[in-house]
Order: sequence, then C-alpha cells, then structure tokens
Amino acid sequence: MQPFGLSFTRALGAAAMCLTIALPGLAQAQQAPAAAANTFDAVRSRGQLVCGVNTGLAGFAQPDSQGVWRGFDVDYCRAIAAALFGDANKVRYVPTTAQNRFTALQSGEVDVMARNTTWTLSRDTSLGLDFTAINFYDGQGFMVKSNLNLKSAKELEGATICVQPGTTTEQNLTDWARANRIRFTPVVIERLEELVSAYTAGRCDAYTTDVSGLASTRSAQPRPADHTILPEVISKEPLAIGVRQGDARFADVTRWVHFVLLAAEEFGITQANVEQMLNDPRPEVQRMLGRNGGLGPMLGLNDAWAVNVIKAVGNYGEVFKRHLEPIGIQRGPNALWTQGGLQYAPPFR
Amino acid sequence: MSQSTTDPRLLRAPPKRKLRLSWADERVRGIVWQVVVVGIVGVIVWWLWSNTVHNLEVRRIATGFGFLEREAGLPIAESLIEYSPTDTYLRALTVGLLNTLKVAVVGILLATILGTLIGIARLSRNWLLSKLAALYVEVIRDLPLLLQLLFWYAILQGLPGPRQALNPVEGVFLSNRGLKLPWIEWQDAHSFALLAFILGAVATWLYRRQALAKQMRDGQPRRIWPVALGAMVALPVAVWAAMGAPWTVDWPALRGFNFRGGLTMSPEYFALLLGLVLYTAGFIAEIVRAGILAVPQGQWEAAQALGLHPGQVLRQIVLPQALRVIVPPMTSQYLNITKNSSLAVAIGYQDIVSIANTTLNQTGQAIEGIAIIMLVYLTISLSISLFMNWYNAKIALVER
Repeated sequence: MQPFGLSFTRALGAAAMCLTIALPGLAQAQQAPAAAANTFDAVRSRGQLVCGVNTGLAGFAQPDSQGVWRGFDVDYCRAIAAALFGDANKVRYVPTTAQNRFTALQSGEVDVMARNTTWTLSRDTSLGLDFTAINFYDGQGFMVKSNLNLKSAKELEGATICVQPGTTTEQNLTDWARANRIRFTPVVIERLEELVSAYTAGRCDAYTTDVSGLASTRSAQPRPADHTILPEVISKEPLAIGVRQGDARFADVTRWVHFVLLAAEEFGITQANVEQMLNDPRPEVQRMLGRNGGLGPMLGLNDAWAVNVIKAVGNYGEVFKRHLEPIGIQRGPNALWTQGGLQYAPPFR
Repeated sequence: MSQSTTDPRLLRAPPKRKLRLSWADERVRGIVWQVVVVGIVGVIVWWLWSNTVHNLEVRRIATGFGFLEREAGLPIAESLIEYSPTDTYLRALTVGLLNTLKVAVVGILLATILGTLIGIARLSRNWLLSKLAALYVEVIRDLPLLLQLLFWYAILQGLPGPRQALNPVEGVFLSNRGLKLPWIEWQDAHSFALLAFILGAVATWLYRRQALAKQMRDGQPRRIWPVALGAMVALPVAVWAAMGAPWTVDWPALRGFNFRGGLTMSPEYFALLLGLVLYTAGFIAEIVRAGILAVPQGQWEAAQALGLHPGQVLRQIVLPQALRVIVPPMTSQYLNITKNSSLAVAIGYQDIVSIANTTLNQTGQAIEGIAIIMLVYLTISLSISLFMNWYNAKIALVER
C-alpha cells in the first residue's frame, strides 16, 4: 500500500491531463492579443456578426411575435452585417443587460454593441472599448403616473424612484438630486421588466431613464395616457455604437455604416430608389454608392457595401420612422444637420 | 483522554528504514511525483495569472484596486451606517456587506426557530399538526427559491400605496413602501443601557459557569434566574433611569410621497428575509426531526424511570444526543442562507453582490469586483463553519 505516493501510471495520466489543459491554453495566450486586434478578420471568417442588443426595449431591440429581433439598434446590426457580407441576416443577437454589456464586449462574446449605451469619458478610456458613432442623441427624464398631477421633476422631493443599476442614469440621478437638494429613495433592479413592473405596481413614484426609453416603456403600457413624462431633461445621453479597442478597421466599418445611413437621407436615397440612384449624376453619390470605386476597398469591403446597407435597412430617416415614430419619439436633436439637428456625416471622399 | 479515541492502527510506529536515493524506493517515488504535481499546478496558476494580466494590458482595461478610493456616486436605499453617494466605493461595498450580514444573521435566527418548531410539530401526536407540518416541508422544499422570492416581492408590491396604507395599530403603517413602525429616538442613555445589558449577560454567563462547577462538587443545584433578572433587566433599566429616562417616540407620518420618521422595513428586505426563512426552515425542520428520531426510545424510558421530569429528559438526555446529529447538517443550512441571500439582486435588495455588480459595471473592473464578492462570501462562510465546528466539538459526547 502507498499511503501518500501515486502509482506511476496514474501520475503519468494526471500529468498528461494537466498538459492537455495547459498546452492549448499556452497557444491561446499568444493568440489572444491577435484575436483582440482582429475583430474584422474574425467576423469575416466566421461569416456572422455577433451583435449585443438590449434585452427587450420596444422600438430599439425586441423580438417580435415570430421571435425575429426588430428595432432601431437591431437595424444597425443588420446594416453592419450587410456592409460586411452583403446579407443583413447574417447576425446573431445576444441580449445583454445594463450590467453585463461591457463584460460581454470585453470578453469577445459579442463583436459590436448597439444597445442604448451612453458614451462617456471613463467608459471610453478604462473599459477597453471604443465608441464609434452616436446613432441617437438622448437625455434623461422622469416618468410618473398622470394622477399624481406633477408638473416638474423638482416636485419629486421625498419620492421613491425606480432606476436601473450600473447605468449613467443612476449616477445622473444622484448628481441631479444633490444639485437640487432633493432627497429620494432608490429602488434598483437589474432586469428591466422587473423594474418597470415595480414602477407600475406603485413601488416607486417615478421611473427614470433616457427619454427614448421612457417613451418606449410608456407605449408598451396598457393605457399610455396614465403615465406622464416630465419636461425636465437632466443629462446628455449620446447613445453610441461600441466596439472592442484595438481594431481600427472594424471600428471604421461601424462608424461609416452610420454615416452612410445619414448621407443617404441627406441625398434622398431610400431603400426603394437606391437602384435608380446608382445613375444619379452627383459625384459624391456616385463615390458613396461605389459607381466610380475605391471607397469600399479602403474600408476592406467591396464597392457595393453602401448599396447593400441601404437596401437592407433604408436611410437613417427610414430606420427612425419605422421603429421610433410609432412609439412617439420625435426627431428632435436627431434630425439631420440640414434640418437643424445634430446628425452629420463627414464627406465621402 | 483524546488519545484514547484515536484509531490505534495509526499509533503503531512505522518500520524504520533508511531512505535510499533510488527509483526503486517507493518513498522516493512518492516525493518525486508530489513535487511534479505541485510544479504543474504552480505552472498552471502562474500561466492563468500572467495570461490575464497580459490580456488586460493589451485591451487597455484598467486594473488594480485604486477605484475603491474613488467617489461611488451610486444611491443606496437602506444602510446600517451613514452613507451618501459622495462616499467612496469602499464605503458603498461596506454598506453592501452589512446589508448581506443583516439579512443572513436575522435569517439564520428566524429560520432556526421556525424550523425547530415545524420539526417538532411533525413529530407531534396531533394528527392535524403533524400533517400540516409535513405539507409545509414538502411544498416549500420543492419550489425554487428564486421563484418564491419573486412571489413574495410581487405580493408585497400588491399592497396599497402610502396614501391608502393599512393602519392596523396606531403608528404602524403597511403599504407597498414597506412596514413602518414607531421607534424611540436613540440617545446616549439608550446606548449605555444596551452596554449594561451586554455586561449583564456576560456576568450571568460567568455566574452560571461557577454555579455549575459548584454543583459538580456538592450536587446542589443553584438558582440562576434571580441573577439573570438582576444583571440583564434591572441593571440596564437602572442605568437608563439614572440618565434621565429619555423616552421620545418617533412616529412615522405621511409627508409628501412617503412616510417620514420611525423604523422602516423595506419590501425588498422583507421579501428576501421571508423567502429565505420559509425556504430554509423547511430543510431545518427535517434535520431537527432526524436528530430527535436518532435518539433511541429507550433513552426516554430510562430517564423517566430515573424520575426526571419531561423537561429535564429533553434538556439533559435527549437534546445533547440529538444535537450531535443536528449540528453538522445545520451548518450547511446556515451557509446556504448566507449564499442564497445573493439572490437579492433579483428583487432589488442592495446586498454585497448588487453593489459590487454596479461597481464593476461602472469601473469596468470585473475581475476585481468578482474577487471582492468571492472574498466576502468566503470569509463569512468560513466564519460560520469555524463557529459551528467549535460548537459541535463543545456539545459532542465526551467519551471516556
């Protein structure tokens, strides 16, 4: 009997097992940075884009009755897939919560994040990610039950307020309350559905998030008129597309897909007329649509990339109209710069 | 005494042999293989560590615990210590830790009491009582805890709003904002009275130990309750009265949106506590039942034949033997309550997991955040284990 030692064969087996665990790991250790730097190639060779979206926010990202994801952010995933593969359906959607979204992107679980995420300095610098394009200019507001007859958020002194943890919303709320000397009790629940049900059940007096989110939640209520969105907008919330740091080419693709959508609206190119527009005499339209080529290959794509994007989702105005106007969101700051808004695309040259 | 309980086979001296530096010596082989295995494990740990650090650097993700000193900016609904969003992450995490302890400690106490009552009820000769207890155990044990928590939280949310709050007794309000109770305004006199109570409890315990030692010598039982009454009731009251007997009640009152003043038990805390206590009590009931059934019937009969009355039989004969069976599985249940309290995230109670999650989300430092959560649970769990093992050793039958 050997009370402490191992038999030779057993020990050999154990050592072999350890090695099989360690060796592929060692190989991976050298590959990991390469993989981080090459999202573009990784996505292209996989033949599918993995897109992080909201867990369910009407108008932005929500599965319909057939289980097909639809919404404003979902169309951005589709547009990027159309630019990369010429096929907007080559997307796998990964629903992410407010708390796990950054980890999902950092760890490579998703390639890109189109998920109502506010661009801030600390997120840009310390989370290992880059924001590429602001697809929606938003701001934080409050929603209350109409029967409270409130006219202003300043009347919320002493209120209980429902807020999602780990969001800029949560931090803005505390900043705003401090600045206005308003005391409040927070109720923080991570899952949006549970949080909204706490608000509708009366656990909270007010629910706070981006105004677009409030409009979306209100539209999903059985009687939207029972809820009022207060006039104050207490923060700037530029909602942006996020990618992992380290692959400038992939970042460029997501950025310029957004600009194609904006430019298409500016030039009057729509999902319906994009084929005719190929014959449009304006030089910038010709360059963008790849008639007298070169721009697509500069991004590592083919010349038809812009046409594919517009064919898949239409222009920015069409995407907005399809998903956000039905839930009562106006263009506001998201109008084109030519209409007095903030959405502006650099030249296609 | 303790040596006599050791397996005698282990005491036999091993045969003395010279260590030969040869592969044929089984002890040399044993040492070599152990060194190899430890080495491999070390290499794996080192590799995991360096790979993580390397990848964090490549992806430019911030590392280290420097963030603990930064301003948290997150609101916390209930806290045992002073807290405002301008405090640091460290303080916010401390609040979370205390909230976890608050639910775990109260949960362990209540679950033990409820579980013991149900376990005894199940052994009752009363048919209805024992069947009700059995039904309770079977239903509660078979439903997932998360489901039960969401159920209790939904029920509590269904209570009327603060303006239509139920008001069963003067000063007590029950609404979907929680339970509001009147509470005395805490002053120095109350703190000193509490201190006197703790000192009194220690004094009572010392007296009891001495009384038992004397009883071992002369066989005379001594009364302990007069000393307990004097030290734990009369002394604190005297201290409180000597300091002017302050007694101002803080009544909760509806002002604006919510109640102000008084003591609050939030629906989140209440739902979590209720869910944990009811769930764990089901398991504890079975442990208690098993413990009592493990004591042979003959022990009861023999004790009665000696002329001990039923209370003495239970305290002096049955319980010491039953506890040997009860305590080890009970430790597991206490650990379960502590760990299951992390389900608080689902219903918005801000425990350590909730606050650490928010922290790691705001700072992006997932590894550090998870490490903090693991450290906290490991510390709490090991403390419970150590205490329960000490208690188990103390109550174990001393064999002679």
